[in-house]
Order: sequence, then structure tokens, then C-alpha cells
Amino acid sequence: MLTLETLPTVMSTQRAESLDVERVREDFPILDRQVGGDVSNPGAGPDDTTPLVYLDNGATSQTPERVIDAISKYYREYNANVHRGVHHLSQEASIAYEAAHDRLAEFVGAGGREEMVFTKNTTEAMNLIAYSWGLEELGPGDDVVLTEMEHHASLVTWQQIAKRTGAEVKYIAIDDDGRLDMDHARELIGEDTEMVSVVHVSNVLGTVNPIADLADLAHEHDSYIFADGAQAVPNRPVDVEELDVDFYAFSGHKMCGPTGIGCLYGRKSILEEIQPFLYGGDMIRKVTFEESTWNELPWKFEAGTPLIAQGVALAEAADYLEEIGMERIQRHETELADYAMEQLEGFDDIEIYGPPRGEDRSGLVSFNLDSVHAHDLASIMNDYAVAIRAGDHCTQPLHETLGTAASARASFYLYNTREEVDTLVEAIDSARQLFA
Amino acid sequence: MSMGSDMYRQQILDHYKNPRNYGELDDATFSHVGENPLCGDAIRVDVKLADDGETIEHVSFEGDGCAISQASASMFSGELRGKTLEELDAMDRDDVIDLLGVDISPVRVKCAVLAEKVAQDGAAIYQGEKEDMDMTTTEE
Ligand SMILES: Cc1ncc(COP(=O)(O)O)c(C=O)c1O
Repeated sequence: MLTLETLPTVMSTQRAESLDVERVREDFPILDRQVGGDVSNPGAGPDDTTPLVYLDNGATSQTPERVIDAISKYYREYNANVHRGVHHLSQEASIAYEAAHDRLAEFVGAGGREEMVFTKNTTEAMNLIAYSWGLEELGPGDDVVLTEMEHHASLVTWQQIAKRTGAEVKYIAIDDDGRLDMDHARELIGEDTEMVSVVHVSNVLGTVNPIADLADLAHEHDSYIFADGAQAVPNRPVDVEELDVDFYAFSGHKMCGPTGIGCLYGRKSILEEIQPFLYGGDMIRKVTFEESTWNELPWKFEAGTPLIAQGVALAEAADYLEEIGMERIQRHETELADYAMEQLEGFDDIEIYGPPRGEDRSGLVSFNLDSVHAHDLASIMNDYAVAIRAGDHCTQPLHETLGTAASARASFYLYNTREEVDTLVEAIDSARQLFA
Repeated sequence: MSMGSDMYRQQILDHYKNPRNYGELDDATFSHVGENPLCGDAIRVDVKLADDGETIEHVSFEGDGCAISQASASMFSGELRGKTLEELDAMDRDDVIDLLGVDISPVRVKCAVLAEKVAQDGAAIYQGEKEDMDMTTTEE
């Protein structure tokens, strides 16, 4: 329900029509699951009696029937290795796999398949650039600028590459509301900066970082910028050219796609210059006993048999999301997070992390309840079949900054409902009473 | 309902809210610390041995973390009194879970066994059976 207070902002920021959640839910078979039985036997069982409320989308999203069908169709009808065969199935698989690169490139506004490398996940995309560019180019006196809200995927990667090269890692501070301190960013990004690696949307705070501004800062100082879009691409329109980033990464399993596939966007002129990450078949042009030359983009960065089934399924996921509309998904998610925050703000014993309600924020809410440890809370939520996440969410240094070892996080997606938020709040209340 | 609900029976909540044997032992024979990265639980266990150098006379602990780890430390510290170091060494995870008296969901077993592991490592280091380490962790 729209209140008078929220109406004007919703109207002015989003003109997209609202989403028909009940229809969307029908696309996701897993949402009919009940849980609560024996966990050592994966899949639905007779002792599963409580309807699932899935609020762990920041970790992994669920998969629509269409995407499941795309995987199934690949294995049933045209499973073959790509690029190597002249036979019919291999040609079908190759065309579909290559087209999937075009589809994902288009989805995030990249120039074409040359700029779209398939990886295992966001983490591998980050490592790819860190190893093939960072290890070669960084040295003593160079700076890599990150933020205090980085996921371990980028934080640990650059930290370790810096140790090996003698470069230094610097962290842009966050303010009390979990926004980047842009004055500090301007202080840190300077002549010595070679790479600015920032998370686009924080997986804990929900903060949406000003990537285009940071890209300007980086480029003014001849630095590259890498944005981690793992929490952005699933739920908002992303255009890498508008953001003006040099590299951008995201994961299929957080955007209705399968596990095992991620994407690395790289500016073509840079990808052409840097060395491959993994060596082997498919990524070469000519090999002698002494020398090798590399295949064209993006295949130069995809050694060995690639993620064929996952690639075609991810392209299907991109179609699915776009048909529903990224603005609509963004708006739906934001409304749910806003509603959840509004409920949780009513309790004095709940601390919510990240920017306040109403600001640009993604559809997740991380919080702590005074009397109940986040892990106990998640265990009690599980009694209500409410799936949330508790822990450090792969951001230990950020949690140190927040002054807590762990937090609870509810993260929403296109198929979640206000009723599910109500169930979450009721379950939190029961936990509070149990521990009172 | 699912097994989780059982995890927070009254006894566990009581030990969590009013931990027994809580604090520092001034005359501890040995102390050891440990953590469980899963929940960010941290604990220090102090043990005082009787004059025979074998029998546990008193145990106390201090810590911070989830209800399962802290309640289990509270119950376990009481259970140890009067046991020998050998008996401590022979204990395993099932002993702690029996002590808690509830089903612990598989991912939370690490929380439950933290105090036991810390006490066992502390004893092993004291007896020279294990090299000194900064801290015990449930992550292996
Ligand atoms: C912001 C952010 N970056 C990186 C990752 C890592 O993604 P993946 O585990 O798919 O590599 C995640 C997901 O956990 C994330 O939320």
C-alpha cells in the first residue's frame, strides 16, 4: 500500500508499472517448497511442512522455470564441445554459446562479445584482472584504492596481489550511514593510483556507490577502475559505458541464472593489451614447441572447455529479467526493503546498518537485534522457514568498522512479497521474546 | 517444527543469560583462547588443577558470541570439575551435545564444541603434547 508520504517519491523516481508478484512467483518452482525436515537428504521430503520464505537473495537468487528449461534443453538437444567441431551439434552449441556473450554484453551496455568474458563467478573475474594485469603491472610505489565496504572477493585479492608486487592498498572510508566519504576518495586517489576497485552496491549496507564519479576521479589520475557489480546487475539497470568503468564483474547465480558462471566486462583496448590469466586449449591461435599466440577476444581469456550450459542459461536469465524490466525489479525490491526498514525502525533494540530509508539503496537490510546474536536469530528464523543470512557476509573488515562480528541480513528479490516481510518481522519478534 | 526450535530450550537460554563459572581465575594453572569464525564467537577458558596435577579443581570462562557457544561453555565448565586431564582429553563432540540435551543443527555444531576444544587444546599445550598456539579455531 502506498502511503501519502511515500507516494510522491515513488512517482517521481520511477514511472515503471509495478510488478505482478503473484505471476512472477509462478515462474519459480522452488517457491512452492516447504522445509523443516531432514537436511541431509537434499530436496523436498515428507517432513517438510513449513512454506519457505526465501530472503537470502543477496547470496543466491532462485531460478525461473525458463532458465531451468534452457539448461535442460542444452543437455537434451545440443550438448557438444564448442569451437572445435564441424559437426552439427558442435555448431549449434558454438553459435548459442557465442550469442550468449553478445546477450550479456548487451545486458550491461558493453560494446559486444569482445568485451564480455565468461568466468566462474565475480570472484574469478576479479582474480583474472588482478593476476593478468595486477601481477604484471603493479610494483612498489603504486597504489590500489579500495573501499572499507569491499567484499573479500576484491579485498583479499588486491591485498594479496599487493603483497606480491610491493604495491600498497588504501581504503576509502565510510561515514556513519555507510556512504563513501568522497572527500577521502579525492585524497586517496592520486598520481600513484593504478587501480580503483570498488563495490557498486554493498552486499551489507545496500549503499549504491557513485561509480561514475569515482571513474572520473580514477581516469583523471590515469588509473583504471574496476566495479564489482555482483549486487547491482541483478536488481537495477546497469550500463558500463555510462558508468565509464574499465572493468566490471557480476555473478549469474545472483540474477536468476545458474551457479558456476560469472561475467567480466573489460574495455576492449585494455583486454587486448593484457596477458591471459589461464593457459590451455581454446585460448590460443598458434602453438609451436617454443611459442604460442593468443586467440581473439574474449576467447583469449577462456581457457579450456568453457561454461556452455551455464552461458546459454544465463542469456535466458537476462531475457527473463529484461522482459520483466530492470526498473520494475529495482522499484519492487526498494519498496520491500523500505517496508522492512520501516517495520524494523519501530524497535529500539534493532540496529540497522547502511544509509537511511528513502535514499538510493538496494533491496537488502542488514541489522542486529541487541539481545540475540545474529546466528541465533538466523537459527530461530529457520524455524519459521524464513531463510536469512547471518555472519560477516564476506566483509570482515567492514564488520570491524561497524563494531560487530556478525549481522543478520534479509535480501529481497522480484518474487518476494510484503507478507513475507511481515513473516520476517513476526519471527524477529518471537526471537526477541524467546531471549527476553 | 524443524529441529532449530529445540535448540533454544529453556536450559540453554538460562545458561546463556546467566552463565555459570564466568570470569577470570587468578590462580589458573593454564588458560587458553579460541574462536569460532562462523559466528564470531570468542572464548577464554581458565583451568585450575588440584595438587595432584591431574584433577581439574575449577574452570572458568569468559567469552562473547552466540547462545549455543556461550551456554555450552557455561555447562561444560561445570561438567569438568573433578575430571582428570585424561578424561577431558577423551571427551568428544557427542559429550557436549549430550550435555546440551538438544539436537544441534549440523552447521551449529562448531558453536557447541568451542569450549570443549579450547579446554582440550589448553590442556594439551600445558602437558607439552601440543605446540603452543595463539588460539584454537573450530575451522579446520
Ligand atoms: C558485493 C559482492 N561481491 C562479490 C561477491 C562474490 O560473488 P561470487 O561468490 O559469485 O564470486 C558477492 C557475493 O557474495 C558480493 O555480494
